[in-house]
Amino acid sequence: MTYFLQQLINGLQLGFVYALIALGYTMVYGIVRLINFAHGDVFMVGAYLGFFAIGSFHLPFPLALAFAMAGCAVLGMAIERIAYKPLRSAPKIAALITAIGVSLFLEYFTSLNFVFGPNYQAFPIPFKVTVYQLGGISISTIQILVFATSLILLIILQYIVQKTKIGMAMRAVSHDKETASLMGINVNMVISLTFGIGSAMAGAGGVLYGVAYPQINPFMGIMPGLKSFVAAVLGGIGSIPGAMIGALIMGVVETMSSAFISSTMRDAIAFSILILVLLVKPTGLMGKKGSEKV
Amino acid sequence: MKRRIVTIIMVLLSYAVLQVLIATGILNPYWQQIIGFAGIMTISALGLNIIYGYTGQFSLGHAAFYGLGAYTSALITKSFPHLGIFGFILSFFASAIVVSLIAFLIGLPILRLKSDYLGIATLGFGIIVKVVFDNADAVIPKLGGSRGMGGIAHYTNFPWVFFLAAAAVLIVRNFVYSTVGRACISIREDELAAESVGIDTTRYKTLGFVLGCAFAGIAGALYAHLYTFLHPSNFDFLKSIDILLIVVLGGLGSISGTIVAAVGWTFLLEGLRVLLPPAILDWRLVIYPLLLIIVMILRPRGLFGGKEFKFLKG
Amino acid sequence: MKKWYSIICLGLLFLTCGPTEKVIKIGLVAPLTGDVKTFGESTRNGFTIAIDEANAQGGINGDSIKIYIADDRNDPTEARNAGSKLLNQDGVKLIIGSVSSKCSIPLSEVCQSSSAVMITPTSTNPKVTVNDDNTRKDYIFRACFIDPFQGMVAAKFAIDNLKAKTTAILYDVGNDYVKGLAEFFRDNFLKMGGKTIIYESYTKDDVDFSALLTKVKRANPDILYVPDYYNKVGLIAKQARQLGIKAVMMGGDGWDSPDMLKIAGDAINGGYFTNHYWLDDPRPEVQSWVNKYKSKFGSNPDALATLAYDATTLLLEAIHAAKSSKPAEVRNALQNFKGLNTVSGSISFDATGNPIKNIVIMKYSKTGQEFVVQMKPE
Repeated sequence: MTYFLQQLINGLQLGFVYALIALGYTMVYGIVRLINFAHGDVFMVGAYLGFFAIGSFHLPFPLALAFAMAGCAVLGMAIERIAYKPLRSAPKIAALITAIGVSLFLEYFTSLNFVFGPNYQAFPIPFKVTVYQLGGISISTIQILVFATSLILLIILQYIVQKTKIGMAMRAVSHDKETASLMGINVNMVISLTFGIGSAMAGAGGVLYGVAYPQINPFMGIMPGLKSFVAAVLGGIGSIPGAMIGALIMGVVETMSSAFISSTMRDAIAFSILILVLLVKPTGLMGKKGSEKV
Repeated sequence: MKRRIVTIIMVLLSYAVLQVLIATGILNPYWQQIIGFAGIMTISALGLNIIYGYTGQFSLGHAAFYGLGAYTSALITKSFPHLGIFGFILSFFASAIVVSLIAFLIGLPILRLKSDYLGIATLGFGIIVKVVFDNADAVIPKLGGSRGMGGIAHYTNFPWVFFLAAAAVLIVRNFVYSTVGRACISIREDELAAESVGIDTTRYKTLGFVLGCAFAGIAGALYAHLYTFLHPSNFDFLKSIDILLIVVLGGLGSISGTIVAAVGWTFLLEGLRVLLPPAILDWRLVIYPLLLIIVMILRPRGLFGGKEFKFLKG
Repeated sequence: MKKWYSIICLGLLFLTCGPTEKVIKIGLVAPLTGDVKTFGESTRNGFTIAIDEANAQGGINGDSIKIYIADDRNDPTEARNAGSKLLNQDGVKLIIGSVSSKCSIPLSEVCQSSSAVMITPTSTNPKVTVNDDNTRKDYIFRACFIDPFQGMVAAKFAIDNLKAKTTAILYDVGNDYVKGLAEFFRDNFLKMGGKTIIYESYTKDDVDFSALLTKVKRANPDILYVPDYYNKVGLIAKQARQLGIKAVMMGGDGWDSPDMLKIAGDAINGGYFTNHYWLDDPRPEVQSWVNKYKSKFGSNPDALATLAYDATTLLLEAIHAAKSSKPAEVRNALQNFKGLNTVSGSISFDATGNPIKNIVIMKYSKTGQEFVVQMKPE
């Protein structure tokens, strides 16, 4: 039983980190129907910004987190302005391919020696790590930090989206862009802001990831990005609670498959479950069942 | 009729020119290899064009079928080496059959999904297939798993690639202008409307999917016998994205676009390798995505954007 | 008209039979971009130090060396393309490369069929130097030992010196170097009377090993064998210690890097690994190598750089011994070496192109690497 609980906690830690990235995917998709392939690489930049903040500038954790979030928000908004905005009236696939281009560019450019460099860097942890033993289960301060920070950020995000005017504008634009602009909403600004917030969340994810798995490298964003994207779709792309649930499920399923079935087959199992879920609920767990109008 | 004769003459002429360049050694084995690879990517991309460009099914798992074709054909030629070139020909049929079967089985349930969800499902399938490849040696040791499968006979040469690519172009062109093709295009344009005029969308979607995947399988068979070594990492989702890139870059639903993009993409990557001075050779993969972004912003519908060369029109 | 014709012919004649180029072309194929760029760079560092040294001394046999570098992005298709470009476009017939076996195998096939000499510094898959039917690819050699030997030595050390009875093994399922070492360690450990109680895999993109390590903790083995590269091992070690796993950790030459302590910190303290040489070996070859690397790059060399340096040295010595840069003669010189002194010790090649050389067991302390014992090949 303790073994099961321990693995559950492991899975939740992984899931919460995926959740922060997945939120960015789902928010951007909700508003511009774009799968932002570069999101995983913004996450990577966030990790590096945290690395520099803590390692070079010696900032304490909350400031480093803020620094990374701010930096990624700027990066996300810049990418949107330069690469995606020109394609807003083009077929969706064009923006997708451009996103792939941005992703590749971020990876290979940052691995150039004069930028971040290709080496695996050890992420400095700016506080003492204690491991608490609760009746056979280990919980470390890192895990507690990941849970706490993710939950706080998620609650703040939900509040912004549901209870503020700007959140209402975001929901309006994602529901119907044209009508929203006719109602006087500055659509461009809302889109930029969405990218900014989503990227900031990815940046936070990057720092937490760096703290939890203290090794960063320019290509670290590919797999977490992919898994978070899948998680967002699993939960119903466009739904913020859905992204959260999808991510937690992904984290737990991955960990449990590894723990109880086979670590070799872990990814195959996780994705098979994904496909089965989609076959039963084609728009994801919390996705809206849109009726097709003719 | 006249156009058709002219087309055939042009095709044979270009074959002859390239063959002469190869025979005289002006095109050294390196360039022969690259031309071969360009042809293989063309066939694979044409397959994805059928699935996505013409039938509108967003598949992110194309490389999995490419890999299945490669491993199947390699297994055949390695298991029956005494059959020589006939083994090679046999392996094409084997690849096509195996890949089509798997595409059919996986297509039936998942083609019900819409657009981005279908993309995820095919992506997931691709990842599952890669895990299978990595562990295949536990079941069939010859397949090598993550050790790779080597020692495949080097049967693929320029004539094979050229004529199979030409055949692929011919098949796609005839497909597009046939009843089946028209049905598929109507599904891409508006699936609901197509259904309401009585088109069996499930049947045609599956057909398009299976045909496109079969192309990938054939391309894989050619690849296995050109590069003579297979490793699961060659067939991961990043490869699927490469093929998607080519199809979109060329222009969805344009055969000419796919051909130009496949050949151009291959030569761009290798050309950058040849051109860049050693001090900045790691910029190759920085310049390439920048060019990609610029092309997409300037021509969002792709290079050919739905248009075709004259000789391919119906 | 006839006059111009003969002038042109004479001119062409001069162009084609001018003085022969006094340059030896040597190529390097390595992953210089992509997710293992750092390994490729280490390899390039070792390679360039060796070449620069030789050129500073006037080249080999009086000819200077020109290098051709190609990137394979750690992708088998690119490895073959890169190799083919060097061989056919640039006319290079002596190649050092690549890093991972999945790139070295296709590279070796294209080198062998062009009768070009190839030495891989770090690829351990036996299929690099032999064909499927176990016939030798006689132009292909390697500078590192292959997995069976390393795995066996590690198992012997664990049983004899560490008195271990049980082991847990974690390996990367997609990497045949890691997988191979894991398999040979497991098989030898069993042969010598030990038991492998956990044998689990992860993938190269994994960073969260809590699921696997929780399993390991529950099984409580004496040894935890993780024969991967330092970046993965560092993560695993940290997480293992955080979970309270007390087992002694062991690994292979992938552990050798100045970045290991940076990444793993105290977690790797007390961990043992098999390696080619040790940094404090008083032998002049080792000391001068370490000093050269330190003064040029500011840190100790890692195993990849050292093996690349050795591989290049072997090639240069062979050219010198053969008094020619013709591939057929160079390969004969290589095959016939009897105890050539390199950083990793005295090397001879066996019939399958693998070096017969000593192996050392090292230990990580809080501050660096400590030499434990040296074992000779049986």
